[in-house]
Amino acid sequence: MKEPVIEMRNITKRFGDVIANENVNLSLYPGEIHALLGENGAGKSTLMNVLTGIYRPNSGEIYYHGKKVSIRSPKQAVDMGIGMVHQHFRLIPPLSVAENVFLYMPDCKKILRQKEMEEAIDACSREFHLDVDASAKVWQLSVGEQQRVEIIKLLYRGADILILDEPSAVLTAQEAVEMFKVLRKMADSGKSVIIISHKMNEVMQNADRITVLKGGRVEDTMEAADATIDRLTRAVVGDREFVPQVRQNRTFTEEIVLQAEGLSVKNDKGLEAVRNVSFTIHAGEIFGIAGVAGNGQKELTEAIAGLRKIQKGKVTVNGEDLTSLSVRKHIDKGVSFIPEDRLSMGLVPSLDMADNMILKHFGSEKFSRRGILKKKVMDETAASYIERYDIKTAGIHSPVGLMSGGNQQKLLIAREVNGNPSLLVASYPVRGLDIGATEAIHKILLEESAKGTAILLVSEELDEIFQMADRIGVMCDGNMMAVLDRESADYETIGKLMSGEQL
Amino acid sequence: MNLIISILSGAIVYAVSVMYAGIGETFSERAGIMNLGVEGIMLMGAVAGYITAVNTQNLALSFLVVLLTGTAFGLVFAFLTVTLQADQTVCGMAMLTFGTGLSGFLGKDVTGVAANLKFQTMPIPLLKEIPVIGPIFFQQNLLVYAMYVIVPLSLFYIYRTKYGLYLRALGENPAALDSAGMNIFAMRYAYVILGCAMIAVSGACVTLANTNFWSPGMTAGKGWIAFALVAFSSWNPLKLTLGALLFGFISCLGSNLQIYLPGVPTEIFSAMPYIATIIAFILATGNFRKVHTAQPAALCKPYDRESR
Repeated sequence: MKEPVIEMRNITKRFGDVIANENVNLSLYPGEIHALLGENGAGKSTLMNVLTGIYRPNSGEIYYHGKKVSIRSPKQAVDMGIGMVHQHFRLIPPLSVAENVFLYMPDCKKILRQKEMEEAIDACSREFHLDVDASAKVWQLSVGEQQRVEIIKLLYRGADILILDEPSAVLTAQEAVEMFKVLRKMADSGKSVIIISHKMNEVMQNADRITVLKGGRVEDTMEAADATIDRLTRAVVGDREFVPQVRQNRTFTEEIVLQAEGLSVKNDKGLEAVRNVSFTIHAGEIFGIAGVAGNGQKELTEAIAGLRKIQKGKVTVNGEDLTSLSVRKHIDKGVSFIPEDRLSMGLVPSLDMADNMILKHFGSEKFSRRGILKKKVMDETAASYIERYDIKTAGIHSPVGLMSGGNQQKLLIAREVNGNPSLLVASYPVRGLDIGATEAIHKILLEESAKGTAILLVSEELDEIFQMADRIGVMCDGNMMAVLDRESADYETIGKLMSGEQL
Repeated sequence: MNLIISILSGAIVYAVSVMYAGIGETFSERAGIMNLGVEGIMLMGAVAGYITAVNTQNLALSFLVVLLTGTAFGLVFAFLTVTLQADQTVCGMAMLTFGTGLSGFLGKDVTGVAANLKFQTMPIPLLKEIPVIGPIFFQQNLLVYAMYVIVPLSLFYIYRTKYGLYLRALGENPAALDSAGMNIFAMRYAYVILGCAMIAVSGACVTLANTNFWSPGMTAGKGWIAFALVAFSSWNPLKLTLGALLFGFISCLGSNLQIYLPGVPTEIFSAMPYIATIIAFILATGNFRKVHTAQPAALCKPYDRESR
């Protein structure tokens, strides 16, 4: 076996009384893609922050090429060739790709020579097959390209150890495939790659070795070849009983709640994004929409929630035509909406939980009287949500922006289902959430459907669709390719439809 | 022909008097600090320079006092907005009212007093002989000539040097620069002070060059025009120059047209630059073109290491 580039031994990191990492061992070999798997809060990011010099461990040692080192600052980590791509990119949009890279170069010349800089970056991006135009401004690039710029930033500074935090979270399925190809090429050229992830499938397919963290400790380390979903699941969630919420039987009635007829909707650029789409959802039914993100799902859900103008066609809920009514009317008629971007569209991050909870219901008798809010009722209701939906928060009066993604989503869903909707439109409700939170969200959705609510569930994870939906509609390029019963559908058919093939 | 030369030559004089403030504010805003107090600091520069001129009859010393006045205001403003992370709009308004009030108070003794000391027109030999171009560009005062150098220099600095690259990044994402080991606070102090010093020089243009007297509030909204020009020019000194020349042209056209159109109330002509400001501001900031806005992303956002 080759000598490891990095060996972390018995790393312990405490924040006050909270133990974030406890006796963690991790070795990283040249040429491997090593995945760190675990739920949110399992200590993955803390461990990587120790490795990149942002945190100093309370105890434990780090060996670099066999020699003991102490990494005191991010700069020192960079000098050692350790670089990290954060989940939120640290790029400067108006600057060109080359400028973004050279901003961090200590030997950047006093007078900039754009041509020289661009040629150097182009050469670097060609060498690693990253395919980015060095003269382009960053704001013109897609998210996938921006991620590659972050990678170039590290490579150009000579990084040998690349750490990527949830690299696929912001990418479309195709972009993710491309990214892993790039990472594989870098590993083949002798570099070491660590990816932080909580997606088991992705990790099994793309990593060489997998280390599972749970509660700050290493739960299991294995070769990817030896990994099974079972083994990973047990390591990630531990002894806690994990029963995937599978829809047992079709509970829905024949009563039609949502009827969409020949819908055509435009996107923000004014182009047709939804083309002549028709479908119905019955009371108590979960209707899944499968498709690669960006094929009209966003526009379709927004149109149904009343947020986007419908160019052609008709939307009726419980027999009432809502096509050209206001958002308020949609809410009053029982349409609830969980938007795909919970923080910018669903919640107000700087407001507290109680305020966010009544965003749609502040006018109701329950929460206000003659325009004055009933604070006491609000606080009581918020407290009851915390208990009922197991929301973890520093208190009902702390800003929701400080809550974790899973808890924000629980709060959002709690608000939406408590309006007693007859139709719930859920757009990527578990995107970016860990297993525990996903489970909780799915449970709430299933409870809702048992109450007779019609649910429109948009997801790019086929597993989720198959697990939850009664019927599945597949969207590609704005068209509803087909609507299938779950029993008669299989992954292959859906996959073909998603890529635009007709049945 | 003489009329055209007189209008264009006047346009340059007018333009330069707002460009010092405009380019200074551009540096400040590129660094992420918006200074709404331009008009007030301009008045302070104008009065401080004029008082020194009246009392010492020393032009170089007067100019130095102008720069020091701007620097002092810059230090205070930087302390408030960078160190204390106070709201930039509120602090800018404080600078504005404080500067306007204090300049009126300090200037009481020199109101109506003639200094007989200013930046005189210095025709440049040979160049001034060129027909049309000569009288327009090369029969000006020193502050105008200096601006001929400052514009290309600031363009080169912002777009072609390493420090300019840092400056552009500073107003967009200070955290990125901080993680690269640069001192955000020192940089912001430097650019705010530079900006305020240049704004004060704009004031000196008014009392020590274009005219040679003091009366309270005599900048008459030029500070606001400079402020509007910064956004209008997308934080680019070259576009700012073109914008300032356009304003200068409109302003001088107005004062010259008065002579030829005696029937029209003079207020209409005096109002022209301000009407142009409003139109320019709407055009610059309105959402007409769905393109990436040039406004520095971190403008008006105090940098706090703790909340990264």
